[in-house]
Amino acid sequence: MDFTLHIWRQDNNKSSGSFKTYRALDITPEMSFFEMIETVNEKLECNGAGDGRIALEYDCLEGICGTCSLVINGVAHGPNRGVTTCQLHMRSFNDGDHITIEPFRAKAFPVTKDLVVDRSAFDRIIQAGGYVSVNTGGAPDANALPIMRDVADRAMDAAECIGCGACVAACKNGSAMLFTSAKVSHLGALPQGAPERSKRVLKMVDQMDAEGFGSCTNQYECEAVCPKGISTKFIAQMNRDYMRASLSRED
Amino acid sequence: MSLDSKIPPGPLADKWTNHKFKSKLVNPSNKRKQKVIVVGSGLAGASASATLAELGYQVHCFTFHDSPRRAHSIAAQGGINAAKNYQNDGDSVYRLFYDTVKGGDFRSREANVYRLAEVSSNIIDQCVAQGVPFAREYGGHLANRSFGGAQVSRTFYARGQTGQQLLLGAYSALSRQISLGAVTMHTRVELLDIVVDDGHAKGIITRNLETGEIACHAGSAVVLATGGYSNVFYLSTNAKNCNVTATYRAYKRGACFANPCYTQIHPTCIPPTGDAQAKLTLMSESLRNDGRIWVPKKAGDKRPANSIPEDERDYYLERKYPSFGNLAPRDIASRSAKEVCDAGHGVGATGVGVYLDFSHAIKRLGEDTIRARYGNLFHMYQKITGDNPYEVPMKIYPAPHYTMGGLWVDYNLMSSIPGLFVIGEANFSDHGANRLGASALMQGLADGYFVLPYTIGNYLATEKVEIADTDGEAFKQTKEEAVSVINKLLSVKGTKSSSHFHRELGKIMWEYCGMSRDDAGLKKALEQIPQLREEFWNDVSVLGDNDSYNQALERAQRVADFLEFGELMCLDALTRTESCGGHFRAESQTDEGEAQRKDDEFSYVSAWKFQGVEKTPELIREELNFENVELAVRSYK
Amino acid sequence: MFCLCTGDRKVFIYLQTGGTSNEWEHMSSPQSFFSSTIGKKVVMAVTGFLLIGFVVAHLVGNLQVFLGAEVFNAYAAFLKSIPGPLWIARIGLIVIFVLHLYNAFSLRKIISAARPVDYNKQATVQASAASRYMLHTGVVILLFVIVHLAHFTLGYLQPEHFSKTDALGQHDVYYMLVQGFLNPVYAGFYIFCIVMLGIHLSHGISSMFQTLGFCRPNVKNKLELAAKAIAAGITLGYISIPLAVIANVVTLS
Repeated sequence: MDFTLHIWRQDNNKSSGSFKTYRALDITPEMSFFEMIETVNEKLECNGAGDGRIALEYDCLEGICGTCSLVINGVAHGPNRGVTTCQLHMRSFNDGDHITIEPFRAKAFPVTKDLVVDRSAFDRIIQAGGYVSVNTGGAPDANALPIMRDVADRAMDAAECIGCGACVAACKNGSAMLFTSAKVSHLGALPQGAPERSKRVLKMVDQMDAEGFGSCTNQYECEAVCPKGISTKFIAQMNRDYMRASLSRED
Repeated sequence: MSLDSKIPPGPLADKWTNHKFKSKLVNPSNKRKQKVIVVGSGLAGASASATLAELGYQVHCFTFHDSPRRAHSIAAQGGINAAKNYQNDGDSVYRLFYDTVKGGDFRSREANVYRLAEVSSNIIDQCVAQGVPFAREYGGHLANRSFGGAQVSRTFYARGQTGQQLLLGAYSALSRQISLGAVTMHTRVELLDIVVDDGHAKGIITRNLETGEIACHAGSAVVLATGGYSNVFYLSTNAKNCNVTATYRAYKRGACFANPCYTQIHPTCIPPTGDAQAKLTLMSESLRNDGRIWVPKKAGDKRPANSIPEDERDYYLERKYPSFGNLAPRDIASRSAKEVCDAGHGVGATGVGVYLDFSHAIKRLGEDTIRARYGNLFHMYQKITGDNPYEVPMKIYPAPHYTMGGLWVDYNLMSSIPGLFVIGEANFSDHGANRLGASALMQGLADGYFVLPYTIGNYLATEKVEIADTDGEAFKQTKEEAVSVINKLLSVKGTKSSSHFHRELGKIMWEYCGMSRDDAGLKKALEQIPQLREEFWNDVSVLGDNDSYNQALERAQRVADFLEFGELMCLDALTRTESCGGHFRAESQTDEGEAQRKDDEFSYVSAWKFQGVEKTPELIREELNFENVELAVRSYK
Repeated sequence: MFCLCTGDRKVFIYLQTGGTSNEWEHMSSPQSFFSSTIGKKVVMAVTGFLLIGFVVAHLVGNLQVFLGAEVFNAYAAFLKSIPGPLWIARIGLIVIFVLHLYNAFSLRKIISAARPVDYNKQATVQASAASRYMLHTGVVILLFVIVHLAHFTLGYLQPEHFSKTDALGQHDVYYMLVQGFLNPVYAGFYIFCIVMLGIHLSHGISSMFQTLGFCRPNVKNKLELAAKAIAAGITLGYISIPLAVIANVVTLS
């Protein structure tokens, strides 16, 4: 199979970028999307006159670490549902296809280089309150506090988020509500997270806003591209938590 | 030189308690003057950073990822062991200890393993308190499963994402300390070298991957939590960026590398499809519970699986190991798969792969039962390969998965360089020659939450360490050396990418230092690796410069280290002429083809001390004494 | 330490384990609810809900046109006879409308800033057209409100039909309405705008439930259906009037 790739190239977050066209030749359908791009990179890497490697990020290649990104033909993580880009294989494309590859685009995700973006805004949202304040040691026995199975399951549904940022990339508004609500709902559902539930949601939403993410208009594009299928019901849950926390604030 | 493991005296069960009591404590007011450098932010690194910061130390944590949440600990699916005995099935600290020592084929330290089993319960408590959503029963209590052939159910799990959930727990604890200002997090910063001055680890040299800035960081102690080196095989189940650079460069600075030849090869992975393959994907071993493994009897038989009649199929594991059959241990299953493929029976376009067939199980139990048991795994397999395992047999092949070897550490997890601590998969301490399923997560978190925070305090209190000046001679010199490696790579301007050399190295390692090793093969590898290395330094192409985000340079540095490290691994495999755990020497097997340990000759840890790149390292033996368990021989016939 | 907390309809005892005291105190105090993106959305939802209330009430009033000129004009006269409540309602409506508008544009500003460089290749996976064009349909509705007020409330458009009184000496609203819709330009504009309103509401109502936190999936699905039904009902109800005029069902005679 042969493909024509239109790839965004940008030196760093200060420079402006542009699309360049590359050919990926002799690709087999079994190849993963990144293996396909690496065949192009291999050539670029050995050609002193060329543009050098296309910078791109991937790591675990099994859809769990959240390192890989890419918007492929306008869709975050490509045409298949419920997968990350690293789980996308070339059999999902047709021979001769033109493929447009862009980085995740959001003010809060500045481009580091080419297709690599800086998602540290997510880390700062977690740092704002995405934890249970418990020190190491002295935790009570794990079975001391029974947790209803469906509560644990609901927490797990939310906790599956891998922090890849596709929700922001896909959202027409560049909103990080799905990511933030997944963490808020995961900890909020569990009794261990309950004492800090109000403060957590206030702080995390504040940080989310401060990072320059857009607001949610309930279009659910995030849910459609989420590789872990995180439900937008958690956004509703967070809205409710946030309202309640705001109303009951004492300061 | 000899190595002192510093195992505390006394009965096994009291060693850790006594040791903790005897360890000196750092005065609380002095803790904030001590700066601890932690390299790596996986399970071990993140948990250690968070805990040290809670204790009051200034912590600087480094990761080459864009976020501490991305480390490869995240990919562990199965679960985490703990001797909780919630199922009342006879588990105990001692049983977990015994299973781990036995699973490690009696090549680990009793005292370390016992401590691991002892703190395992605390890990589960800690994680639950952090909000890790472990699976639960309807009564609200934690669920357990039996894993990796264990006779008790001691494995805790969170769907198929235990690693990710535990890492997110540690990451949340770390994030909390970052927000409190107790941890300074350095993301996209890679370690280049360890600074050793006056015999002590004094700091590190790093490169900022985005800007290329080479920086010096001084600390009271340095902790490496940089994972394993399975990627020396190029194709492994490890994440693409996992590398040996941090531990290998520490080795070059004088830290001993222990048992590098102990690597675990996992039998159920999705086979490679061609040369462009970037990595291999692990499928849960539980598939072997109901799947039958076979290859065509006739070599080179390329008919589709379903048109090969029953009597022309070779169910080789059932044939060779009638009592265990398809559930034969990992190393045996892996080795047998390679044997049949090498003999030309391999299936699929590439001829590397064996069938894992569920048609009998589906006939016997019905498709719905199989779907309930393995639905998500079948789905994952279909996503990757495009084949439907309900209709055609899966193709599987072994792949490197975990490395038991690592930097040598004493009971305090300190390497042979004072002040340099090594935790998690990066050290060698707890798994001996083979690792039990669901024990990797346990060890990473045990080291980070419950062991290192105590033992590092003793070092800091005893040595009264002063933080060095980064303008000092040692820092300057180490930095210059690190820069010179970069400049050298950039100046080769050859014609081949570093990935090319990595692939070639991988082929050598897989062929000669993979599942089955022999004298002739290892010697061949020891000839070929230096040649490949020379070719690398003459012909590698690294474009761009050091002052920008240069992924070609990152990769080239890692490959350069693998090219030296591979040699060390083969040397270790060559000198250990016994078979044990993940290390199988063809010369050392029973008449039935079983691995044969030689306890009289090899009951020791091989720790290697660097002498120079082209020189043979010095082998230092740490004898292993077994006072509490009897060395047994396994049989799977 | 033991503390008793209540959360989410369940009461449980939480065994607190360690944790630095004053953990959260080093952080600055939270932004005000109304400046947060969620707060603004909640304002959108609440004002939207109230506006829907108005739209429904107005529709109920308008549908009386089918009962004939006397009833309809009497209804209009009744409203005028209670100037106090009428003006309170009018001012309230204006405030609600302005808040709805203000927050819409304020959110739009945040949204535009959130993605300074847009994608070269645009694709939509599941977002409905209604959800993507809320601002556009909203602007049409704003224009419609202005025109509508100028037409039927202030009488700037078609002033010749505005000042007529009926046999009882009441303001002949019925006549004004029928005359208005007999004009194909006004009728067409009206129908177009009402369809836009319907599209706006089809997303707006379900979005309102989501923003206000109705999150149980089975309830949510029902609410989504209800939202579509309400939007459709409102649209058909309003459109039926000009259509009836055009079809000579509602006539001057």
